[in-house]
Amino acid sequence: MKLTQVQCGYLPLVDCAPLIIAKELSFATQEGLDLELIKQPSWSALRDRLAFGHIDFAHMLSPMPVAMSLGLGGMATRVDALMVLSVNGTVVGISAELDRQMQATGWSNSFAAPQSTSKALFAASSKRIRIGVPFPFSMHRMLLETWLSQAEGFHPDRIEIVTVPPSQMAEAVRDGALDMFCVGEPWGTVAVQQSDATLILPGASIWQLAPEKVLGARHAWVVQNPGLCRAMIRALTKAASWLDQPENTPLAVSILARSQHLDLPDHAIDPALTGQIITKTGEAPKKTDRFLRFHQGCANFPWRSQGCWISDMLTQWHGLSHEAGRKTASACFRTDLYREALAQTGVDLPRASEKVEGAMLVPTAVASRLGEMILGPDRFFSGAFFDFDAPVLLEN
Amino acid sequence: MHTELKILVVEPDQSKACEILAALKEGGWQDVTVLASAAAMERSLKQQDPDIILIDLANPDRDTLEHVSLVSNAKSRPVAMFVDHSDETMTQAAISAGLSAYVVNGLQMDRIKPVIETAIARFRMITKMQSELTAAKQALSDRKTIDRAKGILIRARNISEDEAYSLLRKTAMDQGRKVIDVATALVTAAELLQ
Repeated sequence: MKLTQVQCGYLPLVDCAPLIIAKELSFATQEGLDLELIKQPSWSALRDRLAFGHIDFAHMLSPMPVAMSLGLGGMATRVDALMVLSVNGTVVGISAELDRQMQATGWSNSFAAPQSTSKALFAASSKRIRIGVPFPFSMHRMLLETWLSQAEGFHPDRIEIVTVPPSQMAEAVRDGALDMFCVGEPWGTVAVQQSDATLILPGASIWQLAPEKVLGARHAWVVQNPGLCRAMIRALTKAASWLDQPENTPLAVSILARSQHLDLPDHAIDPALTGQIITKTGEAPKKTDRFLRFHQGCANFPWRSQGCWISDMLTQWHGLSHEAGRKTASACFRTDLYREALAQTGVDLPRASEKVEGAMLVPTAVASRLGEMILGPDRFFSGAFFDFDAPVLLEN
Repeated sequence: MHTELKILVVEPDQSKACEILAALKEGGWQDVTVLASAAAMERSLKQQDPDIILIDLANPDRDTLEHVSLVSNAKSRPVAMFVDHSDETMTQAAISAGLSAYVVNGLQMDRIKPVIETAIARFRMITKMQSELTAAKQALSDRKTIDRAKGILIRARNISEDEAYSLLRKTAMDQGRKVIDVATALVTAAELLQ
């Protein structure tokens, strides 16, 4: 079979695993693709190279396609989110100094209690808290704001969110340049090991099913190359499904550790894939459910309602129209192409393309093609839910 | 007209920073500041109020700069030059050369263009010099490894230098590998056995 070469940009994080597995275990070759993975130095560089057609596909932070389509940051380019590559997988951590101050308020770290943790955070000091995220258009920043803005003692002036490249996060915490951070693995684990940081929450404790990375491609390119997009979706869905089978985890860790694409040791990859997170040096790992998911619970489906949730945050930040933003976001999240790609496979697909985000408190059976689909839970820590069919946001 | 523009260059490599600085000064721009990292960006943006910021496309600090330029409420809000569709060829050229630039909103294109063009030219030259230097260093280090491998073979098998090299080359050809790879494997194995 003649293979077609496609180039995909990525950042060397644990959650780029579906790309590496698709290449190394030949899921891409089986779909007729010669998948070339091209490492990028920053999210901005990845974005620009995608916009200018230097790469065909990209491993992107889930808000990036919507932000680019809305013309926020960089050159306005219509970019589609073809599928979700991973959900969750981020951690929130604090400096050793802030940890001491928070403990002095009587707080102790369970790595699972957003409300009591944010209360302790604002009670610990009256200083403005400087928080690092990897990029302005990131789920990290959206989760932090969702969480902290509802905390007792919160005021917009109490926090300052800045961008720090993930590989520099540990150093910034050690130097006192940051009090807190939200980052994807392995950089949270690295901050614990190198900077005596404490991890206080997994991203999943703020939103249990937060789309973290998506597969992006330029809309104009997608229109010209629908076959390549469908092949890529199938290859990556197979890789994601392989990754989510627990018996494959040890092999996955060693493939990722040996891969020239990631250049990380085993011990930096292991916590994210096993969900065994060491939150502080010298302590036993804490088992975290749904820490990072690649496939289960219909994780790869690009729900339009997820796009709308992201869009509402972006339009609020930049004073744009909610309605226009949701329209753009719904068009970005290509449920149609995802369905087409998997139509002839045994992968189950939901009947709906939107859901009420945050409404499933427990795993819930939903209407699907094969009738085997169980979704969720997708709860927000506050119990809020978002119904984008309704004219206004509902909160219970 | 040149002197009116304030240019900020973010570049941690000192010699590279000097190169860019020199090129801009030669081009007639005097008000150029160099910053090693974007960490102190916010403060220097307020102090210096630059019209154009130049940064290596591969510099991870770009994301920090991106955030600062988005949330900054100062009047001198820099925006990515890529917003301007009027000159896509130049933007393409900049990206290919590994350069990204942020310019203040509303600044006229004819004032920016010469700066970017000068920077693109110098970026290309630096990249070429660096890849030549890397290639030269690599060649030198490869030769040392091959010499050590030859030395090991000469001692172990009591053969001449030419025979040692022929043996390395034949092994490489038979196995479909490079001579340097065979030599490296031999040197590593010999070190382990010592």
